[in-house]
Amino acid sequence: MASTSPTVHAAVPTGSWWTQIAPVVLGLGAFSVYATWRAFEGAYFWASPYLSPFYSPLLDVHHHYWPYSPALLILGGPLGFRATCYYYRKAYYRAFFLDPPACAVAERKRNYCGETRFPFILQNVHRYFMYLAIVFLVFLWHDALHAFVFADRFGVGLGTLVLLVNVMLLTLYFSSCHSLRHLLGGKLDCFSCTNFGNARHSTWRGLSFLNEHHMLFAWTSLFSVGLADFYVRLVSSGAIRDLRLL
Amino acid sequence: MNGKYETHEHDVLVIGAGGAGLRAAIEALAQGASVGVVSKSLLGKAHTVMAEGGIAAAMANVDAADDWRTHFRDTMRGGKLLNHWRMAQIHAHEAGDRVRELEQWGALFDRTEDGRILQRAFGGHSFKRLCHVGDRTGLEMIRTLQDRGVQMGIDVYMECTVTRLLTDGDRVAGAFAYWRENGRFVVFKAKSIVLATGGIGKAYPVTSNSWEYTGDGMALAYATGAELMDMEFVQFHPTGMVWPPGVQGLLVTEAVRGEGGLLRNKLGERFMQRYDPQRMELSTRDVVARAIYTEVREGRGSEHGGAFLDISHKPAEYVKRKLPSMYHQFLELADVDITRSAMEVGPTCHYMMGGLRVDPETAACTVPGLFAAGEVAAGLHGANRLGGNSLSDLLVFGRRAGFAAAEYAKKQSWPALDPAEIAQGEGEMLCVFERQAGDTPYAVHADLQQLMQNLVGIFRTEEDLKSALTGIERLKDRMGRVGVPGTRMFNPGWHLYADMKSMLAIAEAVTRSALARKESRGAHSRLDYPKTDATWGEQNNIIRRHGSEMVLEQSPVPKMPAELQTLLAEEKGAGA
Amino acid sequence: MPEVTLKIFRGDREGGQTADYQVPVSPGMVVLDALHYVQKHLAPDLAVRWNCKAGRCGSCSAEVNGRPRLTCKTRMDSLPGDRPVTILPMKSFPVIKDLVTDVSWNYKVNKKIPGFKPRPKTEWKMRQEDVDRVQEFRKCIECFLCQNVCHVLRDHGKHEQFGGPRFFVRVAALEMHPLDGISRAALLKNELGLGFCNITKCCTEVCPEEIHITDNAIIPMKERVVDEFYDPVLKLVRRIRGEKSARE
Repeated sequence: MASTSPTVHAAVPTGSWWTQIAPVVLGLGAFSVYATWRAFEGAYFWASPYLSPFYSPLLDVHHHYWPYSPALLILGGPLGFRATCYYYRKAYYRAFFLDPPACAVAERKRNYCGETRFPFILQNVHRYFMYLAIVFLVFLWHDALHAFVFADRFGVGLGTLVLLVNVMLLTLYFSSCHSLRHLLGGKLDCFSCTNFGNARHSTWRGLSFLNEHHMLFAWTSLFSVGLADFYVRLVSSGAIRDLRLL
Repeated sequence: MNGKYETHEHDVLVIGAGGAGLRAAIEALAQGASVGVVSKSLLGKAHTVMAEGGIAAAMANVDAADDWRTHFRDTMRGGKLLNHWRMAQIHAHEAGDRVRELEQWGALFDRTEDGRILQRAFGGHSFKRLCHVGDRTGLEMIRTLQDRGVQMGIDVYMECTVTRLLTDGDRVAGAFAYWRENGRFVVFKAKSIVLATGGIGKAYPVTSNSWEYTGDGMALAYATGAELMDMEFVQFHPTGMVWPPGVQGLLVTEAVRGEGGLLRNKLGERFMQRYDPQRMELSTRDVVARAIYTEVREGRGSEHGGAFLDISHKPAEYVKRKLPSMYHQFLELADVDITRSAMEVGPTCHYMMGGLRVDPETAACTVPGLFAAGEVAAGLHGANRLGGNSLSDLLVFGRRAGFAAAEYAKKQSWPALDPAEIAQGEGEMLCVFERQAGDTPYAVHADLQQLMQNLVGIFRTEEDLKSALTGIERLKDRMGRVGVPGTRMFNPGWHLYADMKSMLAIAEAVTRSALARKESRGAHSRLDYPKTDATWGEQNNIIRRHGSEMVLEQSPVPKMPAELQTLLAEEKGAGA
Repeated sequence: MPEVTLKIFRGDREGGQTADYQVPVSPGMVVLDALHYVQKHLAPDLAVRWNCKAGRCGSCSAEVNGRPRLTCKTRMDSLPGDRPVTILPMKSFPVIKDLVTDVSWNYKVNKKIPGFKPRPKTEWKMRQEDVDRVQEFRKCIECFLCQNVCHVLRDHGKHEQFGGPRFFVRVAALEMHPLDGISRAALLKNELGLGFCNITKCCTEVCPEEIHITDNAIIPMKERVVDEFYDPVLKLVRRIRGEKSARE
């Protein structure tokens, strides 16, 4: 089933659709390159009291069981959460698969299956990565609080703030997750007929509000996590000294 | 048949797929009839979607004191007692059940605190009575009925225009129609027919009505010998948009006033003080429309010839929640943010109180086998309709028409179709292609609209109405000569040609009735007879065809039983 | 008055091309006004589908300068005045004539969806907070612009396997109805092919009613399909509780 005028539609200037996807290609591309390099580097992730978020939780740091970078042991969690995220899916299907490149812009015809077949059918496990993300957030909050403790004394450095802002943005990104919103309230048909319905309705409304900004939190938390790691690396490698504020 | 035409057979044929048509079809299906619905546009696009304010039903969810008696009284008083009392009574009785039924079919009305259907205030209603969904009640209603119909397995013939009713002796036998898509003709054979084609707004240039509102049902039935009643009562809704030109006439829902909107003139006066100090903005539509018209005529109008309607004193969030469509309509089409500044509004042709004369119980027309419900039928609203009574009308009488049409069909054998009638139907549609295209249906339509607006508008005089009749005759002559270029494939010029036939007949009926009624009552205002006349208050104007002549006579308004008269005389209520 | 050139598709099932028309632009004019001008003065047989001209009925959908729009809500002054305005029919549906397309496929899809079925012993009381969500979906005017822009239909032609955004919104309205008693998750997954949607959000971008189609309808429906078919833990819980479906 198709229109009889495909050539007519193709002739309409569709504007510069690539300007829409260029930032996504650049942003996700740059982050992936940096994150991959850092994950394999296996060094400069600790600058007391700061732990890079790429390496948290820190497992087998002394290589008893795992000869490679400890980041590789854990990065699958956050990576999976973001890769199956409903926002990022939109972003990379458009930017990297050109499926579609932009709205009403023609794409190459080929066998399209959407998310009905392997591998993309695995997107349906998003909620399990969401559960896993809770574990990561617990560790990252622990790291952020730990960053207030300088040799058994309370203190605040620039790194403290970096880690704190980062974990806050990650928490917002997590809280605005579509799966979370569904599981905590969205799946109900009738709030007022359910036990704790009022509480679940308020929760759902709050999460829905955050959910509207899921894209914003996806990007800001992506940058913040990269920057936090970069800061720790700078301090850890001795390139700069942490600025002590208190 | 000779097999030349695509033919469909149904016990009941419903013409029109708006609220009344769909409700009739659902009821006829429920009675076991085979039902076909013919619609000029796609399913779900009917003018009912434009209804904004709500469905009037005395359910007493908000005002506990409300009941059918008050609703009956409001309706009768709003209609200046020209209504058929029995229709008003049935309507007030049954509206609540019809609304509850919609809910049981999946409609989602706005709710009260305790989970019942929320009701809002509206002009002429003594209590908060309008069940609503923000300002898109009509859409909710049509979608609910559409889905219900689809679930029941309704047969819908979309984008198909009926140009002629077919008869077998004195009873109806079917309809002759064409597919808008390809111009091919189609014949429907039916034991009974329900007309639910709506009103006549497109005979006026400034109207809230869609292109479909060309009076088809009235004209088709009239041609078959059915009687039209009270055709002079054309409702001008007081608040249509006036600027920019492209949206002139677009409806601004009465719900704006229901939610507390204020009317002001350019001097900032709340001028309703002068016309109806008690009810102010929530007076009946005829009064408010005349008030705005008068303010403008006397030089106190807004820049573009209207009045100001202001809801900006209410919190912005409230306005956006209760009147979302209005908010977007003004923002997108007129660059006005109604949460901050006033809207410019003026009267727009909105509704036809007159129409086919029907039996109150069965909605049967005066031709056997023919039924009519909704705006196409007359009687319920008298000289002026109250806001919200239209949607309930569609449901109450749509159901009754569907029921009666199915019952009628059960008792009838299949009618015979007359090939001569069909050939005539074909001839009158095809002749236009053989003419030289000079004058176009578009030009004739534009001239008819101007004529109706100027001469048969809100205020009327004998002189104007007489010259309107002469003008209509001239336009009929012109229609006999117009040509249509192009083919029968989806050709809007040709479609308009078909619609013009209905519009001219109806325009004449409106004008003749308006000329006859030498008084002012409800929506009918005669500058030369500005007073209400008690003798005219007891007369309905009836129009019927006699050969090729349109004849008009008076018929006494049916007498209501004593207990209803007492009820009506009681002081309570919104007043007349 | 300034004039603008309209490039309007003229043709039918056999094919066609755009034709140019000069139209004077008046204040507040919308594209549909311009099309009516062409009908009245230049091409009486120009086929355009429209009804209310108020953005309520969703009949006048077309593609204006490459963007799917309601022509009655697209202001001429929102388009660049120095270039011709191109107006084409919706691409995802077969052309009947000029700007009118055959949208009957949508009505066929709709028939596959089981309607509202109240739970047994319903008391017909509902709270506003329970209907808010569904009322958003009920705003849909069936303009089918979301269907038109969706690449699953537009570019991949999956009309046989896929229901399209409009009907995900419709199913969402039924599924989230506080008194509805049946589950349509299997229908979503199988007949309506929800999995073909890759949530690229063009439907949401073009919706004239500003329904958050993707976030509020499609993704919640995807999650409900996960509940029913892809979540082993929930499946196990249901088995232990002796329930068949996630929506009991």
